[in-house]
Amino acid sequence: MPSSPPRHGEGRGRLQQWLPKLVLAPSFALLLFFVYGFIVWTSYISFTDSGMLPDYTWVGLEQWSKLWRSWTWGIALHNIWVFGLLYIVSCTVLGLLLAILLDQRIRAEGVLRTIYLYPMALSFIVTGTAWQWFLNPGLGLEKTMRELGWESFTFNWLINADMAIYTIVIAAVWQATGFIMAMFLAGLRGIDGEMIKAAQIDGAPTWKIYARIIIPQLRPVFLSAIVVLAHLAIKSFDLVVAMTGGGPGNSTAVPATFMYSYAFSRNEMGIAAASAVFMLAVIAALIVPYLYSELRGGRS
Amino acid sequence: MSSAMPGRRSLSGARVMLYAVLCVFAVIYLTPLYVMLTTSFKSLEEIHQGNMLALPEQWTVTPWLDAWSGACIGLECNGVHGYFFNSISIVVPAVLISGLLGAFNGYVLTKWRFRGHKIVFGLILFSCFIPFQIVLLPMARVLGILQVANSTTGLVLVHVVYGIGFTTLFFRNFYESFPNELVRAAQLDGAGFFTLFFRILLPSSIPIIVVTVIWQFTNVWNDFLFGVSFSSGDSAPITVALNNLVNSSTGVKAYNVNMAAAMIAAVPTLIVYVLAGKYFLRGLMSGSVKG
Repeated sequence: MPSSPPRHGEGRGRLQQWLPKLVLAPSFALLLFFVYGFIVWTSYISFTDSGMLPDYTWVGLEQWSKLWRSWTWGIALHNIWVFGLLYIVSCTVLGLLLAILLDQRIRAEGVLRTIYLYPMALSFIVTGTAWQWFLNPGLGLEKTMRELGWESFTFNWLINADMAIYTIVIAAVWQATGFIMAMFLAGLRGIDGEMIKAAQIDGAPTWKIYARIIIPQLRPVFLSAIVVLAHLAIKSFDLVVAMTGGGPGNSTAVPATFMYSYAFSRNEMGIAAASAVFMLAVIAALIVPYLYSELRGGRS
Repeated sequence: MSSAMPGRRSLSGARVMLYAVLCVFAVIYLTPLYVMLTTSFKSLEEIHQGNMLALPEQWTVTPWLDAWSGACIGLECNGVHGYFFNSISIVVPAVLISGLLGAFNGYVLTKWRFRGHKIVFGLILFSCFIPFQIVLLPMARVLGILQVANSTTGLVLVHVVYGIGFTTLFFRNFYESFPNELVRAAQLDGAGFFTLFFRILLPSSIPIIVVTVIWQFTNVWNDFLFGVSFSSGDSAPITVALNNLVNSSTGVKAYNVNMAAAMIAAVPTLIVYVLAGKYFLRGLMSGSVKG
C-alpha cells in the first residue's frame, strides 16, 4: 500500500508517511527491550558467577556444567520428555477422534462442543486443584470406587513417586483435548467434498475414506496442533505446582519448576538462567522453522 | 457448514454407538466440574463420610462464604475476595491496552507496509512463543527499578508487554483480508491515517475484537507464573491466592472451601466461554490463529 496521496500539502504528506512507523514504534521498542534485550541479558547471566544477585564476572560454562550435573535437572528433563510425548500424542489422537465423531451431523453438536471445550477456559491452578482432589487417594476416586463395591480398586498415583507424573498428564490432556478437537473440526469442515463423494460412489468404506483421503488432508492441522501442544508442554509450570508441587520428593519436577526454584528460592541465578536459555533454545528450534514456513507460504 | 460425510442414517445401530461414545466423553469431561461443585456445597463431615460422586445430603453455602471472605491465606483470614478484585484490576487495563496496541500494529503491518515489515512482524510473532522463564529474572529487576514490583501496576505492564504479540497477530491476520480497495477509496477522499482506522477499519472489526478480548482475558486471568513471581501478599492475583490456600494451608484441609475458592477463580472465564465461546471459535477458525 503506497503512503498518502500527493494532493495534500508536503508537510501533511510527510507526517502521514511517518505516522504508521511512529504508531508501531512503542510496541516494537517494548518488545525489543522486554523480549530480545531480556533474552540477551539472561543468556549472558548464564555465563557469569551470579547467585542471589547478578554478578557480571565471566565464568564460562561453569553454570552450565553445574546444570548438567544436577540430579534434579536430569529428572526434570526426563519428566518433560515423558509428559510432553504422552500429552502431545494423547491430545492429538483424542482430539482427532472427537472431531471426527462430532463431524457426523450430530444433533446436539453445539452443546457437546462446549462441554469438551470448557476445561480450556480454566486456569491450570483450578484444574490442578480439582484433579488433586479428584485423585486424592484417601477421599477421592479410590474411596468412591471402593464404596461402589470395587473393594480392591487402588489409585494412588498422586502420592506415588513413580506414577505422579502421569496424573499430571491426565489432567493436562483433559484440559487441552477440546481445543485440539476444535482445530481438527475446523480442518474437517474445510475439506473439499468432491473427492469424498467420488470415493463414496466407488463404494469405499467409511474408515478407508478417512484413512486415505480425509486424514492426509489434515496435515497442516496436525502440524499446528503439535506445535501448540509442544509449546504448552514445555511451559507447563502452573499445573505441576498446583497438583503435586513437583513432588513427591522431586519426582514431578519439570524444567519450568526447576528454573523457578533455582531463581527464587535457591538463589542460584546463574543455573536458573542456564536452564531458561536451554528451554528457549528447544522451543526456538521447534517454532522458528514453523513460523518461517507459515510466513513464507500462503499470504504475502 | 457441511459435514464431511453425508449421512448414512440407515445404520441406526452405528449411530446409537456414536451418540453413546460422545455421551461417555461428555460425562468424563463434566465429572471434575461436577465433583468440584458438589464438594463445595458439602460440609466437611459429609466429605469424610460420604461418596465423592453423591449430591450433598445437606446443602450448605458456608464453604462459599468462607472462601470469599473468611479463609486464611498466609497470615490473613479474609478469603479470596481481595485477590479476586486484584485480578480484575489487572485484567481490565491489560486487555484494553494490549488490545489497542495490537489493533494499531495490525493496521500498520497490513495497510501501511514499509520495508522490513515482515521482519518486524516475525520478531513480534516470536514473542508469543518464548518460554517466559527466559524473562523472569531480568523482569524482576526491571520491575524493582521502576518501583512497581509487588504491585498490580507491575503485573499490568508485564501482561501488556507479553500480550502484544498475540493481539498483533490477531488483528494483522484479520486486516490482511480487509479489502484494500476500500482503504484506497477512503484515502482518495482525503482520509488520513487515524480517520481511516477509526472510520473504516475499526467499525468492521467486531469479530476480531471479540476474539482478542476473550483470548487476553482468559490468558491474563488464568496467569500464575507472572503472578507468583512478581507479586506478594496483598497484590497477588486470584490464581496465586488459590494456590496458597490449597497447597500451603496447615492443619485440617477444608476441601469444600478449596473447591468453592477454585470455583470462584473459574467463574469469570467460564462465563465468558459459555456466553461468547461460539464467536471465539468462529473467529479463531477463520484463520486468526495461523501465523
